[in-house]
Amino acid sequence: MEVSFWFFVLISILKVIIVTGILLTAVAYTVLLERKVVGRIQNRWGPSRVGPFGLLQPLADGIKLFLKEDLMPTNVYKPLFIAAPIIALGCALISISMIPFGANIQYHGVDLFQISDVNIGLLVILGITSIGVYGVALSGWSSNNKYSLLGALRASAQVISYELALGLSLVGVILRTGSFRLRDIVDVQSTHGLLSWNFFGGWQFVAFFIYIMAAFAETNRTPFDLPEAESELTAGYHTEYSSMKFAMFFMAEYANMITVGCLATLLFFGGWCSPFGHIFQPYGGIWAAAIMPVFWFVLKVFCFLFLYIWVRGTLPRFRYDQLMGFGWKVLMPLAIANIIVTSFCLAYRAA
Amino acid sequence: MFSGSVVPVSWYLILSAILFSIGVAAFLIKRNIITVFMSIELMLNAVNLAFIVFAHRWHQVGGQIFVLFVMVVAAAEAAVGLAIIIAVFRARNTLNVDQVDLMKL
Amino acid sequence: MYLVLFLIFGGLCVAGALNLLFQRHPINSALSLIVVMSSLAVLYLLLGAEFLAAAQVIVYSGAIMVLFTFVIMLLNAGREERTHGSKAAYAIGIPGAAALLGALVYIFLSNGDLLGPTLLGASWVVPTVFSATLFRDLLLPFEVTSVLLLVAILGAVALARKEH
Repeated sequence: MEVSFWFFVLISILKVIIVTGILLTAVAYTVLLERKVVGRIQNRWGPSRVGPFGLLQPLADGIKLFLKEDLMPTNVYKPLFIAAPIIALGCALISISMIPFGANIQYHGVDLFQISDVNIGLLVILGITSIGVYGVALSGWSSNNKYSLLGALRASAQVISYELALGLSLVGVILRTGSFRLRDIVDVQSTHGLLSWNFFGGWQFVAFFIYIMAAFAETNRTPFDLPEAESELTAGYHTEYSSMKFAMFFMAEYANMITVGCLATLLFFGGWCSPFGHIFQPYGGIWAAAIMPVFWFVLKVFCFLFLYIWVRGTLPRFRYDQLMGFGWKVLMPLAIANIIVTSFCLAYRAA
Repeated sequence: MFSGSVVPVSWYLILSAILFSIGVAAFLIKRNIITVFMSIELMLNAVNLAFIVFAHRWHQVGGQIFVLFVMVVAAAEAAVGLAIIIAVFRARNTLNVDQVDLMKL
Repeated sequence: MYLVLFLIFGGLCVAGALNLLFQRHPINSALSLIVVMSSLAVLYLLLGAEFLAAAQVIVYSGAIMVLFTFVIMLLNAGREERTHGSKAAYAIGIPGAAALLGALVYIFLSNGDLLGPTLLGASWVVPTVFSATLFRDLLLPFEVTSVLLLVAILGAVALARKEH
């Protein structure tokens, strides 16, 4: 159906505003979730004073960060010092625009649950993530501080190394699908519920293991949080940052976590598909058909965020040489082996 | 939805020529070895643009594949080149190309 | 719309390249080169090379230029000083580059009608077509590049490691 240009633009802007709003709220509440869960893991309560169960804590944190003085250290290189957090947050927010949140439901020819349905969506997300490293690298360099510089050097080396394993781990999934389009990748997994997901039916659990390891490293989370290891580098690359500029780095980290969770859901766990297949599809009418996929998607992403926090509460940090060795000597050969095995299986099945 | 207007092939080629000439000028003028290396990358990119325009014009995939090979070679070149730059910096403690013109230390 | 996109991103390319030329600090030059490369990715997309547009961002802006900034940060490169070599380069380089540009522009403009127009979406190469050509017809060159990459990795490791 042909859509009029201005209608398309209007709906797109509306979608962008809504998704950004939801994402930023989700970021705020992921922080709260992390503090709560890590608190329980360490046998304490976590934030509990502001609002019922501490649910208004993100609001209080936000107000506090807004009202803090925005310090500009004397010897920083100003243009890059200001640009770095913007690059980091911008890249973290842009990549969400490729993610489909629910089934392909069209309203006057416009997709309701995805901002932009790009043919090479997966590659675009990878590209934007790889640009995001400049935020970290430049913040460390422009701060003119040895802790920041060391943190930034570590971060860029780590991200370049693990990006390789991350990209290679996705090849198995792409081979099974034959497309970079995220909707196609999910559609392939939608036939038999749980059994047709890439993780179970597609035998991609090795790829998933590599992906999740590399993604932890890409987002600088424990056990790979050496760029901001507080016991040795103060705060790593954002040592010199305060107020909203610090908050932007913080939000970027959590937004990246959410994107990684979404991507893992789409690639390995059937995206918005229900684990029961089409059994419950005839019930509930049109509204259930629109809402239930979103529910499953959000539930799966939530599980990933919980996994992130669980790992953070459990595992100690790697040493730097262990980190590099693990990336190059374990994950990368494993990813290549996964590609070879997957392609042989697919060729055998096709023959 | 967005079709309608047309850009001549020659405009793309002129853009490519401008980028290439700026790359040549930067290669000659710059004294920092890293920037000199970056101007080589700029020239490679300019040539890539020309390849893709011609691939588009004559509906050939070959031009695009050549660009992929150029990217691979550029990546290999960057790895080796930057390793050489680090080695030179260790030996001479400078990045100025005018100060690394001796064959021995 | 197409024309507007071409003008915006073509303009960004030229501005970034000029900034690379005029900035004295290598990190500013590196950042302007990243702008050039990312804008070129948009132009590739306009020309229907969608896989290459993504590869341009991932390989060039996301990997090669990160290596450059990494080395600039590692060696803590400062502002470059102008030395004797640059005076001769000014005298020969600027006119030479200008003459090259003039000749190329003259050739392209005089053959403009022969070259014809580019249309948005006229020759769209999807990744499947691209990979079919790459892995069927050009398998040997593809494998040779993998050998090249291996050699480059070994060479880089051999060059960069400290001698005992």
